[in-house]
Amino acid sequence: MHVLAAANLRLDAHAIDYVLLAFYFVLVLGIGYLARKQVSSSIDFFLSGRSLPAWVTGLAFISANLGAIEVMGMSANGAQYGLPTAHYFWIGAIPAMLFLGVVMMPFYYGSKVRSVPEFMRRRFGTGAHLTNGVSFALAQILIAGANLYLLASVVNLLLGWPIWVSIVIAAVIVLAYTALGGLSAAIYNEVLQFFVIVAALVPLTIVGLYKVGGWNGLVDKVTGGPGGSAQLESWPGNQLTGFGSNFLSVLGLVFGLGFVLSFGYWTTNFVEVQRAMASKSMSAAQRTPIIGAFPKMLIPFIVIIPGMIAAVTVTELQGANKEALVAGGSAPSGATFNDALLLLMRDLLPNGVLGVAIAGLLASFMAGMAANLSSFNTVFTYDIWQAYIRKHKPDSYYLNMGRWVTAGATILAIGTAAIASQYSNLMDYLQQLFSFFNAPLFATFILGMFWKRMSPAAAWIGLLSGTASAIVVFLLAETGVWDLPGQGASFIGAGAAFVVDIVVSVAVTTVTKPRPASELAGLVYSLTPKESIQRSTIGEDAGWYRNPGLLAGIVLVLTIVLNIAF
Amino acid sequence: MAIETTETPVRTRRAGAFDIRLVISLLTGVYGVVLTIMGVAFTDQADLDKAAGVNINLWAGIGMVVFTALFVLWAVLRPIRVPVSDGDEIPAE
Repeated sequence: MHVLAAANLRLDAHAIDYVLLAFYFVLVLGIGYLARKQVSSSIDFFLSGRSLPAWVTGLAFISANLGAIEVMGMSANGAQYGLPTAHYFWIGAIPAMLFLGVVMMPFYYGSKVRSVPEFMRRRFGTGAHLTNGVSFALAQILIAGANLYLLASVVNLLLGWPIWVSIVIAAVIVLAYTALGGLSAAIYNEVLQFFVIVAALVPLTIVGLYKVGGWNGLVDKVTGGPGGSAQLESWPGNQLTGFGSNFLSVLGLVFGLGFVLSFGYWTTNFVEVQRAMASKSMSAAQRTPIIGAFPKMLIPFIVIIPGMIAAVTVTELQGANKEALVAGGSAPSGATFNDALLLLMRDLLPNGVLGVAIAGLLASFMAGMAANLSSFNTVFTYDIWQAYIRKHKPDSYYLNMGRWVTAGATILAIGTAAIASQYSNLMDYLQQLFSFFNAPLFATFILGMFWKRMSPAAAWIGLLSGTASAIVVFLLAETGVWDLPGQGASFIGAGAAFVVDIVVSVAVTTVTKPRPASELAGLVYSLTPKESIQRSTIGEDAGWYRNPGLLAGIVLVLTIVLNIAF
Repeated sequence: MAIETTETPVRTRRAGAFDIRLVISLLTGVYGVVLTIMGVAFTDQADLDKAAGVNINLWAGIGMVVFTALFVLWAVLRPIRVPVSDGDEIPAE
């Protein structure tokens, strides 16, 4: 982190900026207080009573993912690679989100499970459930800590507050509203955060574009800079994948990023799926990820473009500095691409808008952490505590439990934030490790949803061997035994995990006993009566513009248009 | 903190007892007005030079005020309806 501090990032924040920032935090806590009145049972607390409208859950769906790592990381990628970064949004998210809404959501919502691990339990029993539940819970605590630490280090750089002060203040604020209002408070705040983030990034993008002389000015400057005009076309994205061959690069993007990695993340990650489960009807649940896909399509323009502008206008990042950073060295100025957004804010925004921008950044950090906490407390309470430790208690017991678990998780996250501050590489590795669970998870889910014979033993053995194979690929690449370029390694690792999981699951299923068909109604496609996964088309679910399939088609067409245009 | 554990035998659905659209409008409305005033009254040449000649406070402020107006309009035209008794939504326990 000391490299980051070397560049002067201190923002010239005035009283007015602090006032705008403080006003945002007042509303954040106000939402927690107001949402508390709606909580009278554990389903209210953990799943918002399954009562929210689709536009709310749809925006929360996006916002939960629009955390610090996303905003700072993707603008950094924009500065380094240019427009190919948009693949993380267009091919790396949208197809999977549409698939979740159209194909998988009927099973998640229709079976009335309260979490993704619970679906695992009903379909495959204890082994797979524990593997999924425990690894998910651990990952959430780690990621919450990483988010917390990132938030504190950015506040430290921007405003000069000591790191531990920001960690504690942020943790207390997030705890206050998630413990009071449960998932509703987290979701409503995510919606608010979405608008603040947009309000912060749109002015920055507009001023930035003026600065470089409009889109044409940006094109000229990027073409003339290190990286060249390849940074202005999303395909084939060789710089991003690290593959020399165009064909391999496109293949890596479509199958590695677009299929295995993104489907694993978006369709099985409970942080995301929980938002859809909180919606008020099957139709709304299906529409949640699809509505989320509309803003997701456009977010690259306010995240990646500022990054690209920073790389050609900010003194510390342009010219020789960018050249050194792209080559993998460190810039003479001491800045890194991760600073791109902050440096651009420092250079361009006057007081007033600056306060909104700081609020937007902090909002995005807190969005991530609150999402981790609210999904952790659900999985821990329902899937670990209620399933294995204290069964058959009255509902109020679990509601209370959820509040205490949230508090405990916050304290643990402060602990993991402390670890992150000491060993930032370790955290990177651990997060990578948990991402390895996702690819085989998707393989197991999709096989289990469409193949009734698949046995419980196959599920957990498949999961473990898939994860193990991803770790093997990762280790081979890390130690240099198998020479793989940066992003390419994770694409191949995920692909290997997916294939190994499928092969092992099929092999194990042939020699083990399947579950009786009577236990699988609502969980497997061929054994589910059509009515139970049917969405209503009347009342608040009526109208062509509320048809999930049609909306998904519109998103798909728009995404293809964007891919052709850029 | 005091935690309510009152048991209510009949679950009432107070879906959206408060309207998040109004909270969002409050935030963008206040931000919009403050930024517009900043843009009109407290913007000097140094601020303009910094932002590439654009009075970004003014434009961002106006943008947020317009957004707020649209959002309030939506909340007024389509208020949240609270279903009194809607039997099909009780989750399986």
